[in-house]
Amino acid sequence: MRRLRSAWSAAWPPLAFGVAFLALWEAFVDWRDVEPFVLPKPSVIWEQLTENLDIITRAMWATAQNALVGLAIGVVAGLLMAILAARLRTLDELLTPLSAAVAAIPIVALTPVLNTMFSTTSSIPRRLIVAIVVFFPVFVNTARGLRRIEPVHAELMRSYAAGPWTTTRMVRLPGALPFFFTGLRIASSTAVIAAIVSEYFGGLQKGLGPAITSAAAASAYPRAWAIVVAAIALGLVFYLAAVAAEWLAMPWRRLSVAP
Amino acid sequence: MSDAITIAGVSKRFGSGATAVHALESVDLVVGPGEFVSLIGPSGCGKSTLLRIIADLIPPTQGTVVVADKPVGTARLDQEYGIAFQQAGLLEWRSVRANIELPLQLHGVGRAERRARAMELLELVGLEEFADHHPSQLSGGMQQRVAIARALAPRPALLLMDEPFGALDEMTRERMQAELIRICAETSAAVVFVTHSIPEAVFLSRRVVVMSPRPGRITATVEVPDVVRNEDFREDERFYAAVTEVREALRGRLAAA
Repeated sequence: MRRLRSAWSAAWPPLAFGVAFLALWEAFVDWRDVEPFVLPKPSVIWEQLTENLDIITRAMWATAQNALVGLAIGVVAGLLMAILAARLRTLDELLTPLSAAVAAIPIVALTPVLNTMFSTTSSIPRRLIVAIVVFFPVFVNTARGLRRIEPVHAELMRSYAAGPWTTTRMVRLPGALPFFFTGLRIASSTAVIAAIVSEYFGGLQKGLGPAITSAAAASAYPRAWAIVVAAIALGLVFYLAAVAAEWLAMPWRRLSVAP
Repeated sequence: MSDAITIAGVSKRFGSGATAVHALESVDLVVGPGEFVSLIGPSGCGKSTLLRIIADLIPPTQGTVVVADKPVGTARLDQEYGIAFQQAGLLEWRSVRANIELPLQLHGVGRAERRARAMELLELVGLEEFADHHPSQLSGGMQQRVAIARALAPRPALLLMDEPFGALDEMTRERMQAELIRICAETSAAVVFVTHSIPEAVFLSRRVVVMSPRPGRITATVEVPDVVRNEDFREDERFYAAVTEVREALRGRLAAA
């Protein structure tokens, strides 16, 4: 009961703010008589969303697949590279500047290049773009977590005559989990944005990006707005999934503290 | 049975040239089997450094250390000692039992045997009902008891302790001391105990080794009478006499320095 109440007390301020914001928006459009192609009313956007739900969910699913596959590749690559970099100094000196270079790749410039490399009916370019964008936050955060080890744990593992790989597995990796999940949180919503952006540069006419373009081209602005709402929802789903994974992966972090 | 530790002519310098710190200067010490020895002295006297050299966590600059008739490096690889630090240093993601099992797991002891040994040790330190708790759910004193149980897990004949009760309050500290006495009687392990509390050193040890800083060296050794260590001993004349002797040994060196 108390738990429910505290959840409610945490939830109501943003909820109230959101509702008030939407009401003001609606009233403002009515009052100033704003044209729908400039700013449609929330109620109209909602109407469009429910009317085109079928098309929008299909577009969402196409984008979600690219974002998910790209996220998985980028996270695994970031994690493995971080483990190698934390373990082998020469590799660290090679990987850290390289990963900074990867982070600096302008994806809007790379997408057309990848689209020409692969066939135009391929989803691979989009997934690669997502993987590239996701790699950096996962790599940097995990590497930082792996590098810091409490002196008492380092001495303890040495007293057990444990090798560096054993120490990585038993102490460094579990200790780096909070850092890894910080990276994953950033990566999760970024993955959706990267997937949508990559859809704007030719290739398959599937996903939320082409759906927004075609709605706008048909002057169906409220529909375009409805698809933007769907894109935000997808990003939130990815973010919340990352938060849930964090919650599940570290049960010891939600225990009650010492008596 | 041979000696637990033989230290001969050990010196330790950190750094080199003008900025070098002379942490230890020609230290000789022998610890017998099952003997409880405390190292006491002001900060910077090298007592923790000496403990780390015995544990082969750092190498000496000069001299030799033999643990259980082996060079320290071999003794560490063979798990001849257990160690506990001022911080309990438990792994927060492991249950209390899994923390105690850690050294056994790292040395390939089977699951069933590990579990049995952990339960035995939990009973020894009086924490049976906390086996499945996590470290964050325990008080500081309880965590330290888990750390001691972990150090005892591979049944070492030598226990190295670096101010393990340093972060505890006085009442908890005295209870932990009494418990350590009982545990040592049951395991018959030799102990090297680093502390800067005079009553603690006297209450626990048969021998208190007094050290002084710059450079760190042994300046006196105080023998404590071989009597039963219970709460009565804390009010015993012989206890007070030994405390005075250690205090004067510490003060004498400081006055001369």
